[in-house]
Amino acid sequence: MAEKHTKYIDLPKRLFVKLGILPFLLLTAAAVFTFMSENFLSGPNLMNVLRQSVYLTIVSLGQMLCLLTGGFDLSVGTVLALTSVVGALVMASAFAAMPDLVWLAIILGCLGGILAGTMIGVANGIGVAFFGVSPFMMSLGMTSVGFGIALFLTGGTPVYGMPQAFGDIFGFGSLFGIPTPIYAVVLIAIILYQVLNRTPFGRHFYAVGGNIKAAALSGIATRATLFWTYVLCAAMAAIAGMLLTARLDTGEANIGASMPLQSIAACVIAGVSLRGGVGRLENVVLGALFIGLVQNGMNLARIDSYLQTVVLGALLILAVIADQIRLRYVASLKD
Amino acid sequence: MVAHFPNRLESGARLEGARALLETVGLTRDYPGIRALDAIDFDLQEGEVHILFGENGAGKSTLISMLAGANTQTVGEVLFCGEPVTLSSVHEARELGISAVFQEFSLIPEMSVAENLFLGAEQTKHGLLQSRLQREKARQILDGLDFHIDPNAKVDHLTRAEQQMVEIAKAFRSDLLVLILDEPTASLTSHETEQLFELIEKLKKQGVGIIYITHRMAEIRRIGNRITVLRDGRFVDTVDAKTTSDDELVHLMTGRVVGEVFPAVKFNPDETILKTTNLSSTDGGILDVSIEVSRGEIVGLAGLVGSGKSRFGQACFGALKLSGGEVEFKGKRPKRLTPRHMLDQGLLYLPSDRRREGLMMMRSARENIALASLNVKPFSNGWFLDRSGEAGIVDTLADRLNLSPRRVERPAEHFSGGNQQKQMLARSLTRDFDLIIFDEPTVGVDVGTRAAIYEFIAELCEAGAAIVLISSDLPEILHLTNRAYIFYRGRVQTELSGNEITETNVLSHFFEREAA
Repeated sequence: MAEKHTKYIDLPKRLFVKLGILPFLLLTAAAVFTFMSENFLSGPNLMNVLRQSVYLTIVSLGQMLCLLTGGFDLSVGTVLALTSVVGALVMASAFAAMPDLVWLAIILGCLGGILAGTMIGVANGIGVAFFGVSPFMMSLGMTSVGFGIALFLTGGTPVYGMPQAFGDIFGFGSLFGIPTPIYAVVLIAIILYQVLNRTPFGRHFYAVGGNIKAAALSGIATRATLFWTYVLCAAMAAIAGMLLTARLDTGEANIGASMPLQSIAACVIAGVSLRGGVGRLENVVLGALFIGLVQNGMNLARIDSYLQTVVLGALLILAVIADQIRLRYVASLKD
Repeated sequence: MVAHFPNRLESGARLEGARALLETVGLTRDYPGIRALDAIDFDLQEGEVHILFGENGAGKSTLISMLAGANTQTVGEVLFCGEPVTLSSVHEARELGISAVFQEFSLIPEMSVAENLFLGAEQTKHGLLQSRLQREKARQILDGLDFHIDPNAKVDHLTRAEQQMVEIAKAFRSDLLVLILDEPTASLTSHETEQLFELIEKLKKQGVGIIYITHRMAEIRRIGNRITVLRDGRFVDTVDAKTTSDDELVHLMTGRVVGEVFPAVKFNPDETILKTTNLSSTDGGILDVSIEVSRGEIVGLAGLVGSGKSRFGQACFGALKLSGGEVEFKGKRPKRLTPRHMLDQGLLYLPSDRRREGLMMMRSARENIALASLNVKPFSNGWFLDRSGEAGIVDTLADRLNLSPRRVERPAEHFSGGNQQKQMLARSLTRDFDLIIFDEPTVGVDVGTRAAIYEFIAELCEAGAAIVLISSDLPEILHLTNRAYIFYRGRVQTELSGNEITETNVLSHFFEREAA
């Protein structure tokens, strides 16, 4: 008799268990900011949110790989900074040497920057996969190493002298009315989605995070998987670093400091488990967009930027608490 | 529905003059959509061992978790010495003298034995820890139980059996009236089991009531007084442990008559497929092991826990570092002795500890079944996964193994132990394996599923695969294998075949032989 009744009561609970906290947060945020600022729901503003979220989204996708394998990468911010500095230095000197070959300078600069940033990931990967250093210590140490190198290379001052075209195309350009960085994130997301869901290699990330011993006994090269996890994560952060450099028109050693927290927050809000093995790419994209949305909404509502960081930190903790509650519900609901 | 056997206990047949320590009246536990326990009336008397018997998921664990204070009932009452009590925490239950030893230990590996024993009840004086006093008391408890464990040893360094002893010893920190043991012998050697049984006898004489969960018939006969059978969360019957036959118990538990648990296997030994010569591992777990396995036979590896039989299986699979000796598979030395290469060559090892080494608990049954064959057809073409090919074969395997519930997208952790085991066993059919090494394939699995697993192994063997069955469960070795190697301290003690595989023969090689 009470059976039907309990089903309805259970509905929000079941949705919560199935979807995680993200849809609830998105709805709440949209409602609150629409109420606080009339510009919030306008088309140009939403496009603005998309464009601003590009960098965090790319970094979060890389961070997701680390979380899937049961680790995390605190050095993503440093990767952005190092990429920006090295990329700008290479590009500026190539441009100064060969002012006619603009595209060659841009390509060399991007390659140099991304390669430099990826090396941080190579170091992380070697430490975690082959020496068994905990991801926490490894990436924390590399944060200091990378940041130090970036500051050393520039003496702490911004790097100027990149070709105008670089910023015009990759920073401020648009194609069919859509800003170019958005194409980059869409491309990366599609490729990574295919890798994660359609290849054995992608399945290995989940297997290593799900149960590393079972993965090893099933013939999966667990060390290689872990190594590539950190390399890919850093490579993606490096791509974000180059895009951000284009937007800023300078190479900066002090960008990306908020990236580790925000990328982990985006993943956790999106339901990626901190214990590894669970997480969906499409949700991570939404998670990063959600953080962009909140930042944009707070700007429109003229909330002090210092207070904004308080809100973001609180949101991360809220998401982790929600994840814990969800686990308890999962145990009681089962299906 | 419930069959009534003539030896069913009437109230008068209980121990005379004994009072009930613990009683439940209409105890019920609901989870949304599921009634895990339905109006259970249960009682435990002074000085008896009351066995809880039932398939995985019958409600045994739910019942004891409520009696131990780890879980609360939806409806119903718990009476302790005749008084209604609310057990809202493990701590509270322990204060009353009810202690439980669960299968999953609650020990802190980094702490010493003494510190673990007094965890949550530290011996203090003016708020300061009295480490020496604590160690002395720990030693008294351990000595009293005749457990030879150093109170200063770190729990991390103990064997699983020793950790189990520490867990049991914890119950003796305060006065004990009710002891709950959940499959305590699963990881104990025969000697340690014997020690535990002696302890149980001693406790019985002191009037302690013991609730004991086990799947092993021999243990029921040995120490049980009464057996309460549960099925699907319901009370089925309470019967006398000494006079009820195995068949009756199985009938009560499953609701159907299970004739022979073990199938008759048609062995057809063919070409030799695996040959090891003087295999030794760097950790000293196996020493100079030389064995042979052929197609169409089931070779048993028997021995105590820690005798090296399990390590040997891992060594052949490339999951253990070798210090010497050779593995020859299908007539040649494998190029690389790694799990990946051995899988591709046609050898599969299925680990004994499904939770720690076998399954990704939070991933779906489908992914768990596919795990070891992701790089071959029909799961993938090497580069890309074939999702429909995967779904197809997983569905077939779920049918073949009768996975229940038949939901391949459900996370492994939400299946019962037996059905988790089936997901691991299904891996052996995800491609053509020539040799499959089963390491304790029926640990923590109920009799019904157990019979299905034996049937499955027999079919694989009859289809021409070679099977190595590593087992601590003697009947499995006796009834299922045509040859057996007995391991003792890393070495092969002897090889038995055919009619030589008898209980006395096998057991006589389980223990010391060095002196002779």
